[in-house]
Amino acid sequence: MASQTITSGVTPTLTTRSKRQGAWWRFLTRDTFWGSLLFYAVIGFFVINIVALVATVVIDSFAFSWFKTILPTQFVTHWYPDLSQDHDMGQLLLNTFVVALGATGIALLIGFPAAYVLARKEFRLKGLLMAVLMLPMLIPSLVYGIPLATMLIRMGLGGSLIGVILANIVPTTPFVILILTPFIEQVDTALESASRMLGAGRFRTFRRVLLPLVLPGMLTAGILAVVRTIALFELTYLVATTGESQTLVTALYGDATGAGIRAHQLISAMAVVYMLTTMSLVIVALFFVKPTQFVVRLKAK
Amino acid sequence: MATLSQALPVTAPKRRIAPPRIPWEIILFSLPALAIVFGLFIMPFIYGLDLSTHTLDSKGAIQDGRSLDNYTTFFNDQSQIDTIVMTFQVALPVTLFNVVLSLPLAYAMRRGIRFERFITALLILPITLGTVLVAQAMLIYFGRQGWFNQTLQAIGLIHDPLRLVHNWLGVEIALFIQGFPFVFLMILGYMSGISPDLEKASKMLGAGRWRTFWSVIFPLMLPGVAIAFCLNFVANFTVFPSAMLVGEPNALTRVMSIAAYRAAYEQQNTPYGTAIALIMGGIEFLVVALVLYLRSRMARSASLGAGKGA
Repeated sequence: MASQTITSGVTPTLTTRSKRQGAWWRFLTRDTFWGSLLFYAVIGFFVINIVALVATVVIDSFAFSWFKTILPTQFVTHWYPDLSQDHDMGQLLLNTFVVALGATGIALLIGFPAAYVLARKEFRLKGLLMAVLMLPMLIPSLVYGIPLATMLIRMGLGGSLIGVILANIVPTTPFVILILTPFIEQVDTALESASRMLGAGRFRTFRRVLLPLVLPGMLTAGILAVVRTIALFELTYLVATTGESQTLVTALYGDATGAGIRAHQLISAMAVVYMLTTMSLVIVALFFVKPTQFVVRLKAK
Repeated sequence: MATLSQALPVTAPKRRIAPPRIPWEIILFSLPALAIVFGLFIMPFIYGLDLSTHTLDSKGAIQDGRSLDNYTTFFNDQSQIDTIVMTFQVALPVTLFNVVLSLPLAYAMRRGIRFERFITALLILPITLGTVLVAQAMLIYFGRQGWFNQTLQAIGLIHDPLRLVHNWLGVEIALFIQGFPFVFLMILGYMSGISPDLEKASKMLGAGRWRTFWSVIFPLMLPGVAIAFCLNFVANFTVFPSAMLVGEPNALTRVMSIAAYRAAYEQQNTPYGTAIALIMGGIEFLVVALVLYLRSRMARSASLGAGKGA
């Protein structure tokens, strides 16, 4: 305590840490009072609007009609069964999962060995390898999507689920590598060496030692990649030229652009179905991962 | 030369250069991922470059001869030049806004956020929902009779509802909702990586809070800010679903991605559409290169300035 009082004018770390253990409202008494206030005001405003944004869609999908009132005057549920007049909902859901799981599965299989090399080996041209592998993440999908879709369509894969999966592998693979690499780095190399020294072969070492230890990383990368792929619009839109290869997000976009034809509640119902699909996965994901892993976090050197 | 080699002892053992070990493991392990990048990313690029040098004949078939006609057509067409301007008008303001807003917020919260997990989970909500859903939800929420306008009217801030969708502002809001959490979390991650000792040292040497921020924190933040800016700008530059749904795709938000899509898919002119997509990629590359160049120059002048100041 004595050292704290001496340095309290200068160093913020000690004091803030001790204050942080107090009651939650203590943040108001911190030395960065105005900073905190500004922060919580802006973030609060942002978050409230996001929650309201999502809530309007849900409410609208149950509305008989909704004009100029805070809530709709009458609630109905028939918009959901009505969806099947326009879409084969089973097919859409199936396609969405096949594409997301297919692209993620292949990306994991392909990305794991590459991530292993990046995490464990030192070699010349490592920087170059890393740059080449990360290239598809740095260039937005629309720039390479149009030539890629044209190529796939020319190859006869346009409008097929295989084509859609192939297109979605491109941004998913570097994403998976990026998440897996630190997980593999964390596993102590001594464990692998010990296993090899005890007579286990390469494959056995991989299966019995490395894989179980990296499984949380695989799970993290897998769930995040699935969530990302479901929301990824452009590539699927460019390649899925037929109705049979549509996924939820492209169908939703199609409905929204043809808004004049449909009741907006019908589009909202579609949006809710899409949202439930993603959100259920996100909630599962949040049990396993830190939310920040959805975003690439930069580290200061 | 001859005398020199004779002067050297003939018996000196020749240094045997070991044949370079071929790192089979590295090659084998990275091969599948490289194959994906080459087959589905670099190949399409080369294919697209080739395709963009062809033109269509009157029947819509791709002609054999190569020329740069698609590119000259693009740069001679005033409406296409306008799309470049519009794309910048859409992408730049919101990117700058995201960065400028994120900096002080991340600075205020550099020592950790209360309810961090909860707040981040809510922040990443729009990222996980995707552009299409956010745009679709905005049509209702920010519409003339939506909750946002209703609330502002109820408070008495405005009399008539604001026009927040189907225009330039709509696209900006959509991009802000998508991009702000991204930029904020990136900059926050970078900011919390800066050692608090530097800040302490600066304060101990007598610098005020403002001076500490500008002379110590900001120069250290520049690399992170530049990268966050680039990544967000690149995403905003190729905005597509938001520009179609909450913008004016035929007027003020006819961005390059819409032009490329329409040429390739609606007019069935894939060579021209590909050319526009590649021009879009080229311009974006130039902007990123410029920002990274400025970053290296500013970082150098910052370190020089610090040297002189001391």
